[in-house]
Amino acid sequence: MSTTDTAIIRIDNPQVEVENLNLYYGASQALKDLTFGIPGHQVTALIGPSGCGKSTLIRCINRMNDLVDGLRIEGAITINGENINDPALDVIELRRKVGMVFQKWNPFPKSIYENIVYGLRIAGIQDKTVLDEAAEKCLKRAALWDEVKDRLHQSAMGLSGGQMQRLCIARAIAVSPEIILMDEPCSALDPRSTSRIEDLIRELRGEYTIIIVTHNMQQAARISDYTAYMYLGELIEYGPTQTLFTMPEKKETEDYITGRFG
Amino acid sequence: MTKKFWRQGEPFVWATGLALSLILFLTLLLFYVVLANGLAVFWPKKVALATLQDGRSLLGEIVQEETIPHNEKKRLQFKIGNRDLYGLDFKWVDASEITSLTYPKDVHVLERQEYGNFYGYLSEFEVKGIAPPVSGSNSLAQTIGALEDRKVEVHLLGKKIANLNRRVELIDHHLAKARYNKEENTPALAAMQGEKQGLKTEFEALVSILGEKSAALATNQAIFTDANGQPKAIALPNIVRAYQPNNMSFFAKCAYYLERLRELFFDEPRESNTEGGLFPAIFGTVMLIFLMSILSFPLGVLAGIYLREYAKDGWLVKMVRIAVNNLAGIPSIVYGIFGLGFFVYGIGGGIDQLFFPERLPTPTFGTGGILWTSLTLGLLTVPVVIVATEEALGSIPPGIREGSQALAATKLQTLTRILLPMASPGILTGFILAMARAAGEVAPLMITGVVKLAPALPLDGVFPFLHLDRKFMHLGFHIYDIGFQSPNVEAAKPMVYVTTLLLILIVLAMTSTAIYLRNKMRQRHSVVDV
Repeated sequence: MSTTDTAIIRIDNPQVEVENLNLYYGASQALKDLTFGIPGHQVTALIGPSGCGKSTLIRCINRMNDLVDGLRIEGAITINGENINDPALDVIELRRKVGMVFQKWNPFPKSIYENIVYGLRIAGIQDKTVLDEAAEKCLKRAALWDEVKDRLHQSAMGLSGGQMQRLCIARAIAVSPEIILMDEPCSALDPRSTSRIEDLIRELRGEYTIIIVTHNMQQAARISDYTAYMYLGELIEYGPTQTLFTMPEKKETEDYITGRFG
Repeated sequence: MTKKFWRQGEPFVWATGLALSLILFLTLLLFYVVLANGLAVFWPKKVALATLQDGRSLLGEIVQEETIPHNEKKRLQFKIGNRDLYGLDFKWVDASEITSLTYPKDVHVLERQEYGNFYGYLSEFEVKGIAPPVSGSNSLAQTIGALEDRKVEVHLLGKKIANLNRRVELIDHHLAKARYNKEENTPALAAMQGEKQGLKTEFEALVSILGEKSAALATNQAIFTDANGQPKAIALPNIVRAYQPNNMSFFAKCAYYLERLRELFFDEPRESNTEGGLFPAIFGTVMLIFLMSILSFPLGVLAGIYLREYAKDGWLVKMVRIAVNNLAGIPSIVYGIFGLGFFVYGIGGGIDQLFFPERLPTPTFGTGGILWTSLTLGLLTVPVVIVATEEALGSIPPGIREGSQALAATKLQTLTRILLPMASPGILTGFILAMARAAGEVAPLMITGVVKLAPALPLDGVFPFLHLDRKFMHLGFHIYDIGFQSPNVEAAKPMVYVTTLLLILIVLAMTSTAIYLRNKMRQRHSVVDV
């Protein structure tokens, strides 16, 4: 049904393309026949009530769901034309292209510097100057440099929540991904830290394709170019953020964004 | 009012505090008993001269004083020594029988190679080949000192003979092997036999020299008299140490104490382990714990990693987990029996069949040895390490794993770079518990390789240096042996305390090191949750 649905716009030359995606946890179906495209170098927001499958969806894009037992996926997700559900695909290569920032910041109990260069070290880079440059560049990019430049080699555990989340973003961009997935990156942060992260997302836009899951509709409206509204594992409406928030096509979407539901 | 008292939980706080205090009290009491008895053993005690009502007198250290049951009188226990004269080391005397108790300055105490201590007065010397001693308070020490060179010479000669013996034994092994392989009349064999003959001649010559020298040395003697004037000639080389406790300054006593400590740590035991040092037992204990750790730590950590990280959760893994937890509760003697059956007779016997068939029926590896004991102890402690590893890995927040994998790390990279460093404090805690348990075990050791007196250390200068097949000595077994199996339990009592103290100190030192390491790691890898 969704292919003919006018509420879901078609994107030309999408970077990520989801085709007839079904996902089951054991017997229960978490994602139902999703088909849509995500444009490159734009910010796409996924909104919807809790349990609607937003996080499950973005975790499919870097195959983070591989770690979950009893999970079955049907359909295809292609990135730059390559099906990532292909069993022959190198997951490590995929994750190098698709970075991820989690809801709960998760810096490693190492120094700030080691956190940033972790992905590079994993990739086998040992040259100290390369690592140093990358660390500085990414911290600057994540607007964290001025705050931490004097304590790069102290534990990342001494940072504040917002700083840790920005560190996680810096860590993700250090491996130069094409796509960055963000799973409710601000839900545990205070308004000030949230606005700094939003600034950062706006900064990074254009350079990276950003797919962000959020509960906060204002946030989706502020930072995204496209928004998808999901409900109970189905994609209800998908379109440019401006249009979706001002003239939603579906009643359910309108109810949700106006706060009458959800 | 009382209702509020109960509701606020005040009594519960008291109960918890009381429980802790009780445990603390018992532990401190144990430490006090061990410390008080163990530390005082080497302090020189005064020697009392007691004159009895019947006119006889006795010399000795007052060991204890007690009231005779149902009879208000007191009695004293003296350590009178001179076992070769009296047959007994200790004597009880009723306080009422003693007419006078003095501490004469010129009493000598001799620690001897055999027959225990001697208490008495020096009367004269009979020496040959050295300058006759000048009379004076330290003439005895001087005379003994003058013989030192010759004593060392005899000692070195003994070592040389032991070395020769070992070489002959090695050649015998080769010959036995050749005979087993039905090699005959080869030039190599003939050369070996020739070498053996040469060694034997050398051996016999050295033995006769040793006999002469030690006999000559033993003719140097001093005549002592006991409390009642009975003379006793004592060969000077037999005297390990001589001192005059009633005539010693505080510093002299300190020096004596330190000397005894040195002997304890670095010398070998004498007199069926009741005297002398504990070096072989200390060495054996430490080496056993090291070997056990090397064997059980990697095995346990690897098994724990598999269970937590790789095994698919299911009933099988649950069963394994229950089994592992139960393993930790099996009585240690059962492990000992298993070690004897499986390691010693099974594997050790197999090794003998395969590699040393020519020596059979004399076993090489098919008998107790430090390797088998370490393996048995390793088996005993491995469950603790497995459980600790599993729990430490399990307590790492899942976000950390995902964070690492999202950065394109493989499972192995995540494990080695993030998870294991983070789990290391927890793993080390388990390891500390395992080590403490292993260090305190005696039962499984007794049947897999510990002996009361080992002729050689499991680590020495003879190729291949590490002799894992050798039997060894252990402090825990030492306590049992001298405390309960010794022919002279009363005389061995001080040594039991000292050994106990030493064992506790070694365990404490090893676990403290591990705890220090763990705390360092904890600082480096802790996750402070915001």
